[in-house]
Amino acid sequence: MPIILDKVSHVYGQDTAMAVTALKNVSLVIPDGQFIGLIGHTGSGKSTLVQHLNGLMKATSGSIYFNGEDIDAEGFDKKMLRSKVGLVFQYPEHQLFETDVFADVCFGPKNLGLSKKEVELRAYEALKLVGLEDAYFYQSPFDLSGGQKRRVAIAGVLAMKPEVLVLDEPTAGLDPKGRDEILDQISRLKKETGMTVILVSHSMDDVAKYVERIIVMNKGSVMYDDAPREVFRHYQELEQIGLAAPQVTYIMKDLQDHGYDVSDEATTIEKAKEEIKSWFARLSAVGKGR
Amino acid sequence: MLRDITLGQYYQADSVIHKLDPRVKLGTTIIFIISLFVFQGAWGYAVAALFLALVIKLSKVPFQFMVKGMKAIVFLLLITVIFNLFLTPGEPLVTVWKLTITKEGLRMAVFLSIRLGFLIIGSSVMTLTTTPNQLTDGLEKMLKPLNKIKVPVHEIAMMMSIALRFIPILMEETDKIMKAQLARCADFESGNLIKKAKSLVPLLVPLFISAFRRANDLAMAMEARCYRGGDNRTKMKPLHYEKRDYIAYAIVACYVILGIAAGKLMPLLVSGIIQLV
Ligand SMILES: Nc1ncnc2c1ncn2[C@@H]1O[C@H](COP(=O)(O)OP(=O)(O)OP(=O)(O)O)[C@@H](O)[C@H]1O
Ligand SMILES: [Mg+2]
Repeated sequence: MPIILDKVSHVYGQDTAMAVTALKNVSLVIPDGQFIGLIGHTGSGKSTLVQHLNGLMKATSGSIYFNGEDIDAEGFDKKMLRSKVGLVFQYPEHQLFETDVFADVCFGPKNLGLSKKEVELRAYEALKLVGLEDAYFYQSPFDLSGGQKRRVAIAGVLAMKPEVLVLDEPTAGLDPKGRDEILDQISRLKKETGMTVILVSHSMDDVAKYVERIIVMNKGSVMYDDAPREVFRHYQELEQIGLAAPQVTYIMKDLQDHGYDVSDEATTIEKAKEEIKSWFARLSAVGKGR
Repeated sequence: MLRDITLGQYYQADSVIHKLDPRVKLGTTIIFIISLFVFQGAWGYAVAALFLALVIKLSKVPFQFMVKGMKAIVFLLLITVIFNLFLTPGEPLVTVWKLTITKEGLRMAVFLSIRLGFLIIGSSVMTLTTTPNQLTDGLEKMLKPLNKIKVPVHEIAMMMSIALRFIPILMEETDKIMKAQLARCADFESGNLIKKAKSLVPLLVPLFISAFRRANDLAMAMEARCYRGGDNRTKMKPLHYEKRDYIAYAIVACYVILGIAAGKLMPLLVSGIIQLV
């Protein structure tokens, strides 16, 4: 179900001396089935924005429409919204509370008032989706490693079968291997279920590999909203706001500057590899031609 | 959500009151609270109101901000007023159904709400203009003599400042965990008392875990920097009385004398004038 944000602004501590404008006139359309990266420097308002999507925060001005309905309207079912727009917070492992992993994942679907059988089925499916091994299901969530805890927390949201999954920096504080595993899992999930996924991050390298659209936030406003390639064209502007294009983009640009005839549109290592290979192919073709 | 509670919160501003020595502010607050119970009659309260207004004006903290923080206490105030209004025996004034409002009850309710209101505003002026660290520093220095009778003053002050420091952190944490559970469709509001109490488990368990984790981290960090109790420990910002602090003490003394005098003399004066006329 599409989400539309219409000129959403949010001010923390309004009417006090400490008022902070965290969002300024943000207008976005989030259609079904997209894989979106939401990127911005620390404090640019990413977390604030995503908390508006499931109605946890109320916009100071502007409106948000879920499937055409205003979510702040009288009588709008917020619980339904939260089950459809699953939000995984930054450091979600801090929300675990049950005595075993399986019970914790059951918490979400149980709140939806489903039958016990359905709840357990969903919890099982969700734990499978995030790739947690069966051996851990009945352990205390507090005995797991950081990466495992995070999977459990993500499963806790997935078990509600949301149509839109929002992940706020799911890889913060994980080692490179844990990071890649989680991101690969999310990307597989996206392919299998076809749900909309919004991935919040401040690493372009993480995001470039997976998403089809990038929204760049700067000081509470949307700065760019486009396909990764188009966004990375503005790498100089991105640097000015404390971000950077993926490292391969820089390599390709450097190659160009040194007179090699390659395109600088590659955003992932894979694409860069292909581009360089095809450059060699062209080179040898020219050589043979002589 | 929870951030709206301003009681016990510091409000950054550049004012004389902010700059006063915390001992002066602590002492003044205590004297002010006692004075509310010593002063007699409307005139005494008028002096107290004047004094409070002056301090608030000088502190540069918006009055609205103070009042906003008091919303949580309005309920308590209301109960006190209602009980006093209806349950004080005396000369009946109005009777509605089985409830009687007496003259004494009315008097009592008015004075009590003034007292309580002033008390809360007075102490929140102190906390709004003094950082928790200054406050505990002041307290520590004031209670220093108790060291002689083996009271661990420094340790107590340290515990207090840590506890105070953790209040906003834990509030923020509560807010975060609450939102995370709401995102999983948790319901903290509906149902009967038992159901409500049960619904707090997903909030309290993570909160306690995080509090213990933080406490553990802090203890470790203090240990790593070789922290140990109070003996011979010097301060980064030692407290010294300045000229303005003595002036403040003088003003407070004037206030007390004026308040007592007003309470005792004004009624005499007024009745004297009436007799003359
Ligand atoms: N509860 C709050 N009260 C007051 N100000 C806040 C609060 N939460 C965030 N802010 C402010 O709002 C702005 C945006 O914060 P937000 O958490 O949305 O940033 P972010 O993009 O998620 O940053 P990060 O990458 O560090 O997570 C910041 O300037 C922050 O200081
Ligand atoms: Mg954030």
